[in-house]
Amino acid sequence: MALSAPAPAGPLQYLEAQARWRPIELVFWLATLLPFVLTPSYLVLASQIAVTALFAMSLDLILGYAGIVSLGHAAFFGFGAYTAGLISKWGWGEPLTGLVLAGFAAGLLGYLFSFIIARFRHLALIMITLGFGLLLEEAANSANWLTGGADGLQGVHMWPLFNTFQFDLYGYTAYSYALIALFLCFLLSRRLINSPFGLSLRGIRENIVRMRAIGAESRPHIRTIFTIAAVMAGVAGAILTQSTETVSLGSLDFQRSADILVILILGGTGRLYGGLIGAVIYLIARDQFSGINPQYWYFPIGILLILVVLFLPNGILGGLSEMVNTERGQRWFGWLTSSSWRGKSP
Amino acid sequence: MIVSAVSVLFDGFAYGMLLFLLSVGLSVTLGMMNFVNLAHCTFAMIGGYVTVTLMNHVGWPFLATLPIAFIGAAAISVVFERTMFHRLYRASELDQCLLTIGVVFVSIAATAYIFSTSQQPVSLPNYLRGSINVGPMTFGVYRIFLIVFALIVSAALIGALEFTRFGAQIRAAVDNQRMARGLGINVDGAFAIAFALGSGLAGLGGALAIDVVGLDPSFALVYLVYVLIVVAVGGLGSIGGTFVAAMLLGISDMAGKYYFPAIGSFLIYLVMISLLMWRPSGIFGRR
Amino acid sequence: MRPAITALASLAALLTATGAHAQGTVKVGVVMSFSGQFADPGIQIDNGIKLYMKQNGDTVAGKKIEIIRKDSGGIAPDVAKRLSQEVIVRDGADMLAGYDLTPNALAGADVSAQAKKFMVDMNAATSVIITKSPYVVRTSFTVWAVNEVLGTWAYKNGVRKVYTLVADFGPGHDGEAAFSKGFKDAGGEIVGSARYPVANLDFSAFIQRAKDLNPDGIYIWVPGGPQPAAIGKAIAELGIDKTKVKVMGQGELTQEDALRSMGDAGLGLITAFHYDYNHQSDVNKKFVADYNAEFKRNPDMFSVGGYDGMHAIYAALQKTGGNADGEALIGAIKGMQWESPRGPMMIDPQTRDVIETVYIRRVEKVDGKLVNVEFDKVENVKDPWKPGIQ
Repeated sequence: MALSAPAPAGPLQYLEAQARWRPIELVFWLATLLPFVLTPSYLVLASQIAVTALFAMSLDLILGYAGIVSLGHAAFFGFGAYTAGLISKWGWGEPLTGLVLAGFAAGLLGYLFSFIIARFRHLALIMITLGFGLLLEEAANSANWLTGGADGLQGVHMWPLFNTFQFDLYGYTAYSYALIALFLCFLLSRRLINSPFGLSLRGIRENIVRMRAIGAESRPHIRTIFTIAAVMAGVAGAILTQSTETVSLGSLDFQRSADILVILILGGTGRLYGGLIGAVIYLIARDQFSGINPQYWYFPIGILLILVVLFLPNGILGGLSEMVNTERGQRWFGWLTSSSWRGKSP
Repeated sequence: MIVSAVSVLFDGFAYGMLLFLLSVGLSVTLGMMNFVNLAHCTFAMIGGYVTVTLMNHVGWPFLATLPIAFIGAAAISVVFERTMFHRLYRASELDQCLLTIGVVFVSIAATAYIFSTSQQPVSLPNYLRGSINVGPMTFGVYRIFLIVFALIVSAALIGALEFTRFGAQIRAAVDNQRMARGLGINVDGAFAIAFALGSGLAGLGGALAIDVVGLDPSFALVYLVYVLIVVAVGGLGSIGGTFVAAMLLGISDMAGKYYFPAIGSFLIYLVMISLLMWRPSGIFGRR
Repeated sequence: MRPAITALASLAALLTATGAHAQGTVKVGVVMSFSGQFADPGIQIDNGIKLYMKQNGDTVAGKKIEIIRKDSGGIAPDVAKRLSQEVIVRDGADMLAGYDLTPNALAGADVSAQAKKFMVDMNAATSVIITKSPYVVRTSFTVWAVNEVLGTWAYKNGVRKVYTLVADFGPGHDGEAAFSKGFKDAGGEIVGSARYPVANLDFSAFIQRAKDLNPDGIYIWVPGGPQPAAIGKAIAELGIDKTKVKVMGQGELTQEDALRSMGDAGLGLITAFHYDYNHQSDVNKKFVADYNAEFKRNPDMFSVGGYDGMHAIYAALQKTGGNADGEALIGAIKGMQWESPRGPMMIDPQTRDVIETVYIRRVEKVDGKLVNVEFDKVENVKDPWKPGIQ
């Protein structure tokens, strides 16, 4: 997000300025409450958008901020999804504890994998993440005594949240649950990004050699952010399982990894909101296009992607922020995006 | 024992040759211009559909359709390259991914619309069917054809690279683009031609693949993964690397399925990960 | 014990459900794959639906039938569940239909049970689906029924030692278990078995292993797509003599496009299935002719699943006088029989599953074209599966 005033003095002030809430952010979060009032019949879709947004945000943490392009991020989503499903199947249907356990399990997997991840870069890294995702997919298919294989996991039944809110046909519980989880994880990510740790991640992304030259350790940082991203992806997967009471191989297959990458790039990487915007736009577009023509909706979606790349470089948010950074843009929208709206000088 | 080992080697080699034809174009374009063209398998698919159309609707013999598949895929790729792709050579790799994925989606919907989603059958001429018996072993005729054909193509490619001026320009551009430009080589022009050639080869691979793996609109996405694996393991910009990687992967896939069917499907991914961990730039990669 | 908010939600949902019912419309929500890798079966099912409605009009018992199509895009039970919910809550559907893939069908059945809506499974062939909701009927087939029949038939026709080769996922395992049970219960011996990875493209290694063990029968389970043709060719290329070794499988092995690709390599393959476009009956001949006229291709088992699914809906509505309530429709459909293009079929009054004839066919050349010729059959086959069956 652009600053409308001259750059502040030192790194801490920079972080402070970045960390202030901009008006447009408040607009965004208030808007997420609209579906309850305006479009209650779309709440189930909204809950799945929230899940995808959380998943995309977790990918942004490693891709947009640490520069790790992962083609296998669905491994953590699916691992969290299956963990939550299995916990419920084995008799414990309480959602919140299941969610925490699933996040923990995914985080553990991410932590173990991060040791390999931190040692590679460029194409090798991309392909290793791809390979890992594909391996997990095969494993899940083979272990069909555990996962249900191609038929999906049977027997997932969730108890009502706080003993009162049932996950039902109408989606109120599902959307509230997903939205709150998304918001909390967003706050956590925002804190992380606007901390010295976050700054060092961006340094790693920009120029890892120089980071080492100035004595900044890169591998532990990479491992940390990768683990955190894995936890969040696992949480997203668990929410999907719990709110739909289904899990299948589709939650960790290559298609899911590829889709979330497309969604994140569409929204714009490295801006934290990119994943959220990308999820909203992509899933709503897909829902509408496939409603109009269930057979050939790939066509308008493909055109949408092509147009975004040609006219909005660096994703929707990237293109939009470029437009806002112009003279006219600042006049019209500067008040929305500036961080000095409280009147304090940066 | 030896019979089955030879049989596995032979089949793996044939499958690897198919992968080679499908992947070599992407390796060269990635190595030369760093342009992430995820629509590479779309051109392969186009080649396949050209062959199917010519054979089933116009009545051409199979072998005659192959050059047209090559030309058709190359021609369409030039259109895409000149209208959209060349604008993104300086863009971020993520943007290139998004654009080319968009192209893939559009192509899937378009082929589903034009050709329907059913499997496209291809009826090979009789001299390419059946098998040959050498002693106790049987070799599929089509596979022999695939191997011979791919070897000829590889020889031609390597010959062109080593012995022609154009080949030298490509090698220079892959090695050090800036230097090549500085020496007055028209890198953009060379790249456009290399792109067309690579896509044409993919189209050829797609046409040859129909008999082995079938053809339907999802081809463009399904084989992308395998092609990416071959290209990454072989090393960007290296024809020899792509050849070795394709062979390795084809054979280990076959061997895995024959000798260890329980973990057969894991083997190809384990091989890829191990190879990349050992040699992150690919077997013959440069960086 | 629902809090007030859920009551408000129901009210809001009812109010926002678009197209509040014209008095005489029954809406059918069709959820299946129209795009992606599994698009072709979905489209064939849809063609079956369209043809039935063209032949029989779009009105039943005074009600107009409206089809609402939703694309689940492949294996995606979360999406299928959401679409099933939305089509009921948002679009006001009175019943659900379609469901080409098992995970999606299971998710749809959940919604059917919760919302108490009639559901027609037009394809998904896994036995357990029918138990997930008391409002589900199936108009396709089950893997267990077809393959157990084949196993028993194999022994009765002289096969004693069989090697089984199946795809390594749910339906493949079911096929293996069903065939083995039918075959072994009759007295046969399974000399070896293997499971190939789902994405496998080259079968020579697997067929070679089968050949090594010298069985007098090879049983194969393969899903539709490019693989049947590859298997057929591998069998021919490795020189397996089909007069000495019976190569058997479920119908997909010799689907029309597979036969076109295989060519003469497919001659002699034996399959068990509930439908082929070559079935010699007047009803089917008309069905195939009309289908070709409308869609320029032959129908397959997906088409007939959709076609008979619509028949089930029309017949049930006829019997209830247009009442689309789940209980009423299920009560009406139980025990219903009719002559389908596939042959006689019935909805089992106890299990709500399909009871039909399983045909044993061999690939032969008729008028220069390769077709499945039915030469034996087993009638009134019920799904034999029960939980825990070995």
